[in-house]
Amino acid sequence: MKVQLSTIAYARSGDKGDGSNVGIAAYTQEGYELLRRELTVERVKQHFAAIARGNVTRYEAPNLLALNFLLSDSLGGGGSESLKTDAQGKTHGIGLLRMELDVPSDLLPKLRGNG
Amino acid sequence: MSATRRSPVLVANGQGFWGDSPLGPVRLVREGPLHYLTLDYLAEVTMSIMQKQKRRDPNTGYATDFIKMLDRVMPECMAKGIRIIANAGGVNPDACRRAAADVIRKRGLKGVRVGAIAGDDILADLPALIESGEEFRNLDTGEPLTKVLDRVECANVYIGAFPIAEALEKGAHVVVAGRCTDPALVGGPIVYEFGWGPNDVDKLAAATVAGHIVECGAQCTGGNFSQWREVKDMARIGYPIAECSPDGSFVITKHDGTGGLVDVRTVTSQLLYEMGDPKRYIGPDVVADFTTIRMEQAGKDRVRVTGVKGSPATDTYKVSIAYRNGWKAQGQLTIAGPDAVAKAKLCAEVVFDRLALDGVTFAESEKLVELVGSGVCHEGIVAAGDPTEVVLRIGVKSQDEKKVARFGYELAPLVTSGPPGVTGFAGGRPAPTEIIAYWPALISKRRVKTTVTVEEVAL
Repeated sequence: MKVQLSTIAYARSGDKGDGSNVGIAAYTQEGYELLRRELTVERVKQHFAAIARGNVTRYEAPNLLALNFLLSDSLGGGGSESLKTDAQGKTHGIGLLRMELDVPSDLLPKLRGNG
Repeated sequence: MSATRRSPVLVANGQGFWGDSPLGPVRLVREGPLHYLTLDYLAEVTMSIMQKQKRRDPNTGYATDFIKMLDRVMPECMAKGIRIIANAGGVNPDACRRAAADVIRKRGLKGVRVGAIAGDDILADLPALIESGEEFRNLDTGEPLTKVLDRVECANVYIGAFPIAEALEKGAHVVVAGRCTDPALVGGPIVYEFGWGPNDVDKLAAATVAGHIVECGAQCTGGNFSQWREVKDMARIGYPIAECSPDGSFVITKHDGTGGLVDVRTVTSQLLYEMGDPKRYIGPDVVADFTTIRMEQAGKDRVRVTGVKGSPATDTYKVSIAYRNGWKAQGQLTIAGPDAVAKAKLCAEVVFDRLALDGVTFAESEKLVELVGSGVCHEGIVAAGDPTEVVLRIGVKSQDEKKVARFGYELAPLVTSGPPGVTGFAGGRPAPTEIIAYWPALISKRRVKTTVTVEEVAL
């Protein structure tokens, strides 16, 4: 079944120079394994194709059940150079949570946790 | 003086940035126990705003909100023994210290010592530093600073916790810093209380993590949390307190009876904020490894953090440099449907066509057209649909101020000479504002000398 990432994970984003970082954390260990497998650099780059013009870098923080993505050139210049509404990438986190994944329906309870 | 006197030490953040709610510090001081109140007023953007102000008036360039805040909370802080640490000095810590002393004097508070930290401002030394071999290469582009040196507005070193600890050691009730790192505001009092030194890398790493968690105020206590529906009483959201122990462990919490939520998820969310490589969170005092952090729920609205590891600091400080980089202007109109999107697009075309008729053109990279309401923030992620109205945000940037000024004349005319349903022209004609761009760089630590001055305010 199709599941929005917001069902199984939470996120926060902010600016890093003229790019943004998007941290996403799973509610459960199983959810983290799914994120690690599914959220490839290519897939995230594709998801933000209209927003991030540069490279995407991925880091892992298994202790936080989290992945961290750096989206370069995603702020229209960043800081005081940008004309964009979201010049600091504040909404990129919930933007990633809109992504849909295919998840076996029997796995879903293990991904939701208590959250 | 540096021996442990109390444990845990309660360090709160009441202000996550310049513009945060005045209720944060006021309620932290009033609604429960506290030892240190830290206030973060600086962001990279903030430094450039302050620099613009200082150019207009040399007595400004610091966070004026801090002075108003001091006026409001200082009597209660003195009565309760709460000491205040703020990076409110901005690009003019001395002016900030004088303003703070004025308020304390006006309030008639006796025996208040105010400390100021100097040495982060290296603007005047840049030519000599470059002469001596510091290139200040842009960390993003690799270019040397000489490329924009004639346009540099400010240059400040991100200093760490030790100068703040020194000011506390010298008895400061209020510490005014300029450009220190945000986590250092919390690190300073912990280092002072527990007598930690530069070699206590795991403990300094823990202090960095504690500082990072609370540095954005309510962003770790339920603010900006994905599961916002779970956050109760958001209006009365509690600002964060780190209860710090001498072994480096700490508990993140908030005052009893306040709104918001502190759990592993809200704290994790803030750990992820502005994160780069989680294994190497580089600060002035230590390199913290965020992958070593362990967290557990330790009661309602209490998260215990343990296990943080660090490695020795690098031999450089980060430098925040800002330089003038042209002009920009933007304005907005509201366009009501039907066909809001099509009409807004037409409006944008008309603006740029009319400017071209008058000989004013902009490159694509110098223009911004956003149809707010049609999926601007999540462009390409969600379908636009057919919004009943949109806000047209339209802007330009250029090195040529005159061109940017000319742009501002073509927005209001659309109300009468564009498609129907154009309204909401507010705030007057968009005027050019100068772009102050950011140039991140490094400097050898041996070239930076901080000084700490603590003086009692004479009544």
